[in-house]
Amino acid sequence: MINIFVPQDTTALALGSDEIASLLTESISSRGLDVKLIRNGSRGMFWLEPLLEIEFEGDRFGFGPITMSDVPSIIDVLEDSHSDLKNIAHPLFLGSVENIEYLAKQQRLTFKRSGLSDPTCINSYQSLSGFKGLTKALSMDSQLIVDELKNSGLRGRGGAAFPAGIKWQTVLDAPGEQKYIVCNADEGDSGTFADRLLMESDPYQLIEGMTIAGLAVGANQGYIYLRSEYPVAHKILNHAIKEAYKAGFLGENIRDSGKDFFLEVRLGAGAYICGEETSLLESLEGKRGMVRTKPPLPAIEGLFGKPTVVNNVLTLGAAATVLEEGSDAYKNFGMGRSRGTLAVQLAGNVKRGGLIELAFGATLREVVETFGEGTFSGRPIRAIQMGGPLGAFLPESQWDTPLDYEAFAALKAMIGHGGVVVFDDTADMAAQARFAMEFCVIESCGKCTPCRIGSTRGVEVIDRIVANEDRDDNLILLHELCDTMELGSLCAMGGMTPFPVQSALTHFEEDFGLNSRRDH
Amino acid sequence: MVKGTDVDQLVEQFKSLPGGLLPLLHAIKEEFGYVPESSVPSIAKGLNLSRAEVHGVISFYHDFKTEPTGTHIVQICRAEACQAMGSREIESHAKSSLGLEYGETSADGLLTLEPVYCLGNCACSPSIRIDDAIHARVSKNRFDQLMMALQTSDVPVKGAKS
Repeated sequence: MINIFVPQDTTALALGSDEIASLLTESISSRGLDVKLIRNGSRGMFWLEPLLEIEFEGDRFGFGPITMSDVPSIIDVLEDSHSDLKNIAHPLFLGSVENIEYLAKQQRLTFKRSGLSDPTCINSYQSLSGFKGLTKALSMDSQLIVDELKNSGLRGRGGAAFPAGIKWQTVLDAPGEQKYIVCNADEGDSGTFADRLLMESDPYQLIEGMTIAGLAVGANQGYIYLRSEYPVAHKILNHAIKEAYKAGFLGENIRDSGKDFFLEVRLGAGAYICGEETSLLESLEGKRGMVRTKPPLPAIEGLFGKPTVVNNVLTLGAAATVLEEGSDAYKNFGMGRSRGTLAVQLAGNVKRGGLIELAFGATLREVVETFGEGTFSGRPIRAIQMGGPLGAFLPESQWDTPLDYEAFAALKAMIGHGGVVVFDDTADMAAQARFAMEFCVIESCGKCTPCRIGSTRGVEVIDRIVANEDRDDNLILLHELCDTMELGSLCAMGGMTPFPVQSALTHFEEDFGLNSRRDH
Repeated sequence: MVKGTDVDQLVEQFKSLPGGLLPLLHAIKEEFGYVPESSVPSIAKGLNLSRAEVHGVISFYHDFKTEPTGTHIVQICRAEACQAMGSREIESHAKSSLGLEYGETSADGLLTLEPVYCLGNCACSPSIRIDDAIHARVSKNRFDQLMMALQTSDVPVKGAKS
C-alpha cells in the first residue's frame, strides 16, 4: 500500500485539486492499484500547488504544480513496481518535500504539522505530538500556565503585538464566574492567509490553544469568530470540533480532568472592521460591528460584559506550542522584544508566494528575494506593502529592515499580521493611496468622524492632487487630514489608513504628478 | 413569496442562542438566498429587539441583502494582493462583459456581481469566488470560461429563491 497526498486547502482547491483528486481516485481503481489517496492540508508552498506527495520508505516525495494532464504520468510511476520513488525522471518531480529549500530554510513551530496529514483526523494530530500542551496544562495550576505564556514573550500575532501573557493574567485576575475565550479568525488583511492555513491544515492546534487559554484564565466557553469569506476553513473547523468533542478533548470533564471547555464557530458577515477586537465582540453579541471605546478593556468587560481573552488564531496556536515545548524553547527564537517565530505571508506579484515561518530578525529583503525570487511578472519590484491594507508601502531603501515589531514601528510601518504584498514597477502608487482611503470609506464602522468622513474627503483630495487642481494647497490639506485621522480616530482603521497614503506620497511622489511622471 | 412560518421556525430555533442574531440572519439567508424585509418584524419580536435594531444589523453587513440575488454570486477580489496581479483589469472586464455593475443581477437572474475584499488566496492572485468555490490566477480568458460554465451548468441552486 502506497499513500499519496493531494491537499484540500483553499489555494490548492482554487487551483483544481478536487478535480485532480477525483481523476486520481478513478485511475487508481480502474488500474487496480494498491494506493490510498489522502486529502492533506497544504504545506503553504502555494507556488507549488497543487502539490502531490507520495510516501515512500518513511519520506515524502513531491510533484508540483500538477494539472489534470499530469495525472496519467504520475499513475504510471505508481503502477511501475520497479520505480525507485526517490529518484524519478519526471519534469514535475521535486524530490523529498522536506528538503525543498523553501521549506527546509524555515523555522516551523506553529506550522510544523501543516500539510502532513488529513487535517480533520484527530488520530493523526495526536500521533504528531498534538494535545501534548493541553495534557500538560490539564495538570497545571492556572497561574502556572499564564506564567509559561508570559515567560515565552509571545505577543499578539493579529497585528497589535500586545504581550499575550499579560492579557491572560488580566482575565485571570478579573473577578467573575463567567469568562470567555474569543478567537479572532476574521483575517481580513489583504495578503494574509496564515490563519486560514492553520485552520484548514491543522485545526486541532487552534482547538488545543483555545482550551489551554480557557484553563489558564478560568473560562469554559470559547468562540471562533470566522470570516464568511473562508468557507473551506468553516467546514474543516466544524468537522474538527465535532471530532474533538467525541474524543473528549472538548466538552465536559475534558480527559477526566474535571474541567470543561465548550467551543463553537460563529460566522462573520463580510465586515473588515470586525477584525478589530471590540467591533468583533459587538458582532458576536449579534449587533452592528461598531467599535467600542476603551477602557474598559475586553479583558475586564468583554463579550456580554464578561472578562474575555481575544486572541488571534496564530497567538492561540503558538500558546499550544509554548505549553508543549516550554516557554524557554519558544523564546530562544527571535530578536529584541519580538520572540518566537513570525508567519510571513508572501503574496501579490511574487514568483514563489506562500507561508514562510521564520524567527523574528530576518530582513524583508531576504524573505522577498531568497524565498520569493522576485516578481511573478519578472519585472523589478517597486514597492512592498507590509502588514495589510493599513500598512505602509516600503521602497527599496527600507527592505533591509529586520522583521521586528519595534524596527518596523520606527519606520511608521508595521509587521501587523505578517502579510507581505509585492508590487512590480507597473504599480500606480497614487491609485494605491486612493484605494487605501476608498477601502476605509467602504469598511469604516462609522462611529468616529475622522474615519467615517475623513476617508471620503481623502479620496476627493487625492483625486484633486492627481488632476493637478490646486496641487500645493491640496497636499497640505491631505497631510492635515492624515494627521487628523491618525490622532483622532477611535481605532486602527481610521488611525492607520494614513500610513499607506503618506508612505506612497513620501516615497513615490512622482506618481502623484509631483515630479515628472515616471514613464511606465 | 416568503412563508412567514419558515422565518418563525428559524427565529424559534435561534432566539435563545446568546448573540443569536447573526447566526439567525445567516440561516435566513441560507434558506431564502437573502433576508427579506418582511422577516424583520418576526425577528424583532422573537429576539426582543426593535425593528430599527434588526434593520441596523442587516444593513451593517455586506453579506445580508434585502433583495433577491441571482442564482449564483460572483465575487471579484479587489484587495491589494490581487490588484498587484492585475485584478483591476479583471474587474473592468467582468463589468463590461457581463454588462453589470457591482451589486447588480443579470436580467436572466443567473448571477449577481459583487466586490469582495480578500479571499485569503493572496499567493495565487487574482482570485474570484463563485458561490463557495474560490478560483486562483484568474485571467480574462479564465473568467470567461467560468462564466460560460455557469451558463451551461445545472449546478443545484444554493439558497434558492422560493
